[in-house]
Amino acid sequence: MLMKLFTDFMGWIDKRLPVTDAWNKHLAQYPAPKNFNFWYFFGSLAMLVLVNQILTGIWLTMNYEPSGDGAFASIEYIMRDVDFGWLLRYMHSTGASAFFVVVYMHMMRGLMYGSYQKPRELLWIFGMLIFLVLMAEAFMGYLLPWGNMSYWGAQVIISLFGAVPIIGDDLTLWIRGDYVISGATLNRFFALHVIAMPLVLVILVFLHILALHEVGSNNPEGVDIKKKKGSVKPEELSKFTFHKQYSEKYDIVDAVPFHPYYSVKDIMGVAGFLFLFCWVMFFAPEGGGYFMEAPNFTPANGLKTPEHIAPVWYFGPFYTILRVVPDKLLGAVAMFGAIVMLFALPWFDRGTVKSVRYRSKLHLVNLIQFAVCFVVLGALGTMPATPTANLIGVIASFGYFGFFIALWFYSKNENTKPVPERIAD
Amino acid sequence: MKKLIIAATFGMLCSVTALVPFSAVASGPSVHLDKANNDLSDKESLKKGFKTFINYCLGCHQLQYQRYNRTFTDLGIDEAEGIADYMYTGEKPGDHITNTMSDKESAKWFGSAPPDLTLEARLRSPDWIYTYLRSFYIDESRPFGVNNTVFKDVGMPHVLQDLQGVSTKDEHGKLSPAMGGSLTAEEYDVVIRDLTNFLEYVGEPNKLERKALGYWVLGFLFFFFIISYLLKKEYWKDVH
Repeated sequence: MLMKLFTDFMGWIDKRLPVTDAWNKHLAQYPAPKNFNFWYFFGSLAMLVLVNQILTGIWLTMNYEPSGDGAFASIEYIMRDVDFGWLLRYMHSTGASAFFVVVYMHMMRGLMYGSYQKPRELLWIFGMLIFLVLMAEAFMGYLLPWGNMSYWGAQVIISLFGAVPIIGDDLTLWIRGDYVISGATLNRFFALHVIAMPLVLVILVFLHILALHEVGSNNPEGVDIKKKKGSVKPEELSKFTFHKQYSEKYDIVDAVPFHPYYSVKDIMGVAGFLFLFCWVMFFAPEGGGYFMEAPNFTPANGLKTPEHIAPVWYFGPFYTILRVVPDKLLGAVAMFGAIVMLFALPWFDRGTVKSVRYRSKLHLVNLIQFAVCFVVLGALGTMPATPTANLIGVIASFGYFGFFIALWFYSKNENTKPVPERIAD
Repeated sequence: MKKLIIAATFGMLCSVTALVPFSAVASGPSVHLDKANNDLSDKESLKKGFKTFINYCLGCHQLQYQRYNRTFTDLGIDEAEGIADYMYTGEKPGDHITNTMSDKESAKWFGSAPPDLTLEARLRSPDWIYTYLRSFYIDESRPFGVNNTVFKDVGMPHVLQDLQGVSTKDEHGKLSPAMGGSLTAEEYDVVIRDLTNFLEYVGEPNKLERKALGYWVLGFLFFFFIISYLLKKEYWKDVH
């Protein structure tokens, strides 16, 4: 009886909006390669963290006061007087760092298995846009507690725009809405942080997934699961039913429907991730002074500079690249250049073999040195700038940019291994 | 199962490597700090610390984000008793713990306004507070005749001089035992430990609650992980 009611209801809906069809197309009959490994958890985890940030953000907004006089006190009000306010706040602050952890892992996955290569360039671009918006979102969010590190961190980053020739000073004035960082800056950052950026973020994530489902998921082998129609013997076809949008155009092999196979697998990933996340959140929410920096426990003060201004850890790599260049303008150019390089990665890589498993030793070494340099740059970004740190920073910056340059040269005629036709069992 | 072990090892490695540099960098400038070894679950110690704060600190330093009645509840103080023993100037139990000194005036008297101490333990660490309050020494060149080895040229007088007496500093920077206080060095350390304990509590009143809840959440997630692993295995039987 109840079942029939539900079927009738869905029938009514489907005549007006193809909900069941969309469910099948993107979940229940979406062909996902059967060999996803550990690295493939991070996409769904990034979605989880996004939802966490939005939900906890909504509740924080209910008690937060976006003004120079009230912001700092309202955070302490949330921590003390709001029921489970402390939990909401820590979920949000730990979530910010967790977001970057999973996004960096997700990007590393793309690098390892060539998920940015043709035909997934646009998918990669959407991903990079998400990364860019996420950095803006995090930067603006960090000002909102109105602690002293919030203030001085924002001061350092906004002053970068002052390096732009001719319009620099006017530009920083326009961003701040005042001659110094003030309540006016806080208010506009609040508006951007809670409405503008999240809205853009959600739209970009939507496009990222649509673009993914259009070209299909890559996998650790870098072998395509969509074969030319009619090229596969019927008994070798995947035994599962896939949506006609995929199966009409291609013969699909070595795939499973995303739901339930990867939904149950991702639930396992979620459980594992949440264990680590909650461990930090409940027992070290300050992340040892990295997730919440100590000077932020005193209100913003334009006359009292913290001893050592460090951006939050996730900006570390880019901050170091900025800092090792002696000239301010060139430093800013190098920093933005570092992100532009990532955007252009699909065109730096002229190879056709996707997965690092079947590419040259040289590529493996290049990839590892890139990952090491990235981590080193990140660590240096949180430390004071000593001459030694500076030297290491310069070397690591060369490693970072060198990855792309070297890739462009060797990928044209790379000594790759033969790629198998099919994903092995 | 093999994959699972690899994933678990990886997760552990990540968290370990992530935590190692934390302790190294976060400590800040290289002043030696004594360990406070305070215990947030010791309510008697917190009450004594609260009392010391009211009697010696509140004249200048506020706890403007913390309320009296919240403190009473958390420390196990009956409200009537709290009003009698801890509230001297006619505030209401729901009020924040503040004083009436104006920042403008106090900046004139001390060089800068005495900071609010609600979050001092989170800003500087309990060990810092514990060491700082035991590190005043005679320095006639300073306005109040004292200086501090942890906070050079600090603007505040040695308010607890009645209790500790006053130390002198030799040319190696070492403090010699305090003379002339009403407490022995050991007794004074206990007073400061209680005060530190109270300030750590005030910095994050829900710290114990947070950790207690954390064990339940991690316990639940551990079992949830096992169940989700078994569920995944069950579903994937027909793929492999």
